[in-house]
Amino acid sequence: MIEQQTVTIKVCLGTAGRASGGADVLSIFQKLIQLNGIEAQIDKKCSYTKVGCRGFCSKDVLVDVIINDQKVTYQSVKPTMVEKIVTEHILKGEPVADWLTKEDYESFQTKQHKIVLGPCGEIDPESIDDYLGMKGYRAAEKAISKMRRDEVIKKVIQSGLRGRGGSGFSTGTKWEICKSQADSTKYIICNVGEVNRPLAEGNPHAIIEGLLIGGYAIGSEKGFIYIRERYHLSVERLRLAITQAKDKGFIGRNIFGTDFCFDIEFSFGTEAFICGEETALMESIEGKRAMPRVRPPFPVQKGLWGKPTVINNAETFSNIPLIIGKGARWFSSIGTKESTGTKVFTLSGKVKNVGLVEIPMGMPFRDIVYGIGGGMESGVALKAVQVGGPSGGLIPASMLDMGLDYENLSKLGSIVGSGGMVVFNEDDCIVSITKFFMEFLQRESCGKCPPCRIGTKRMLELLTKITEGRAEYNDLATLERLSGLMKTSSLCGLGRTASNPFITGLNHFRDEYLAHVREKKCPAGVCTALITFSIVEDRCKGCTLCKKVCPAGAVSGEVKKPHRIDAAACIKCGACFKACKFKAIKKQ
Amino acid sequence: MIMEQKLKAILDTHTKTRGTLITLLQQTEAVFGYLPEEAVGWFSKKLEIPESKFFGIATFYSQFHLRPTGKNTITVCCGAACHIKGADKILHELRSALSLGKGDDTTQDLSFTVQNATCIGACSIAPVAILNNQVYGNMDAEQVVKLVKGFEKEGEYTGFEYD
Repeated sequence: MIEQQTVTIKVCLGTAGRASGGADVLSIFQKLIQLNGIEAQIDKKCSYTKVGCRGFCSKDVLVDVIINDQKVTYQSVKPTMVEKIVTEHILKGEPVADWLTKEDYESFQTKQHKIVLGPCGEIDPESIDDYLGMKGYRAAEKAISKMRRDEVIKKVIQSGLRGRGGSGFSTGTKWEICKSQADSTKYIICNVGEVNRPLAEGNPHAIIEGLLIGGYAIGSEKGFIYIRERYHLSVERLRLAITQAKDKGFIGRNIFGTDFCFDIEFSFGTEAFICGEETALMESIEGKRAMPRVRPPFPVQKGLWGKPTVINNAETFSNIPLIIGKGARWFSSIGTKESTGTKVFTLSGKVKNVGLVEIPMGMPFRDIVYGIGGGMESGVALKAVQVGGPSGGLIPASMLDMGLDYENLSKLGSIVGSGGMVVFNEDDCIVSITKFFMEFLQRESCGKCPPCRIGTKRMLELLTKITEGRAEYNDLATLERLSGLMKTSSLCGLGRTASNPFITGLNHFRDEYLAHVREKKCPAGVCTALITFSIVEDRCKGCTLCKKVCPAGAVSGEVKKPHRIDAAACIKCGACFKACKFKAIKKQ
Repeated sequence: MIMEQKLKAILDTHTKTRGTLITLLQQTEAVFGYLPEEAVGWFSKKLEIPESKFFGIATFYSQFHLRPTGKNTITVCCGAACHIKGADKILHELRSALSLGKGDDTTQDLSFTVQNATCIGACSIAPVAILNNQVYGNMDAEQVVKLVKGFEKEGEYTGFEYD
């Protein structure tokens, strides 16, 4: 009798995995294996697991096939490829070599330091047993039944953990101040922002456990999860996790046999960027227009419905069980002295490997872009990296050797912010990017304080003038003055940081601004008002392709004779430029 | 009459769950697909809260609609990562494929509403479009139009091929 073998198939069903057809891939695996009675044929026990995001989203759907602990990973799996994987690999034991992940997957994964993302992509996010199997809820049990509240807080302070969302305030200190408030009713809120989605979808129980420990530490009996309704999958998995935790008695009354009671409620956020600001978020939970409050009093003193309130984001909470379980010293050994631990980013833009990455604090930008990211896509050189969402500063190629941590980001005029990291290349125009961010911030400004409401509007008008070639040199000085005013006098972070892309852009890419303002030229060839398309006669073979693709009918000419572009009719879409095979179209 | 029954049901849940004005409007939008003016007037009278409070909230958050929305919603993400990978072009061509005029978000026959989102957090598969609840990554204008064309038969979604 042959020894019983096991086959495990793990299919990535994070947002990107699903978007690439992961659910179909999983169901075809199940169907093929069950219908054909393969289990009996090969005398192997097959199990299928849906797992969360493992980061390398550009090659989704990722599928692990593990036969007797021998794991291989397939990339870009389409529903049509499943049959071949089943017949050749699972039945005959010969992996389909062409479809396996390549070196880039290896370097993408090994250069990271995954602590909160570690279980994502390994465990089934819809199974509490999987989480319990990796010592889940042990930290909560230890904290609640064996540690005093102040001991928990002391440990979090010692770890050096700082808020992973906003300005990087010490999490433990925040908890300590809230705990010390006299009011007996306290609240704790977990904000699940866009960059936290993979955590909520890949390992929701860690967030719940962190929130539970936080609630115990500050003496709160009520936690809220603030999340946009639109993040359906995140909501679904968190909801399931809460139900499972309630069934096990981790949430509810007399948790772990103590007198501690804790309940978690959802608050469905509405579409507004300002809700990332903690006091605006509380206004939103209270059912009002999300406009930030004047501080002091701070939320830890007077927050939700006037009660002392702690707000942290899902990534911060995901770190808590690890700190309690593995110790503050272990945590602070990762990262730098002032910025301990790791940080999750969505690496996107013009790099080869885009996806979700977790790096130790202090890792140089260069290692992130060229190591994990695998370098620039399509060979166009890097121009700038932007961290922290629309109000993050632009970091030029010359500063890539700086390490990514709170201190350096602040020095670079940037923020950790939303945890997005976008890489721009030489084809991107700094002025145009800055205008794009300002457009967004102007639209999302809540309108409560004049510096932000009027400042973002005026800055947008001036930036538009620059991109349209109508600006004068003085406009740059006006923009600088407005930036300073908004930074010092806005009510909340949105207004205070809105000018970051402009200020850093002007510092590092002054020539590009001057080219727009003085020479009325866009060096990157992006600002349509400043570019013209024309045909170089000696190169044009008269193939008529440009004439065919032009949506405005601006190209004229006969077959095999040089064509012409009518500048007045041209809408500058660049279709001809892209289509021409002879490089006969000139963009200036 | 039917309208009033529906409103009453929403108000009952609202009272029972001790909801806020936002949750009340969210439930109303979930039932009607938008916020009918009569509904706001009715709630205003019952709760003795001025209509301006309701409209203040409804116009602050982009998730609320004051006009009927289409049976299907297609959202184009216009966050930074999607922007530099051509989200504007997708939005433009999608709108023209659905013959939407300037300022209109919903087709005449109420089959589609087109929206843009700020960032949906799927930057690694930018540019992204969301059809009803399903997210589609690495899209281009042609593919998004193809997505919409998947509805041609009897207004039901007939599928999309991954290629």
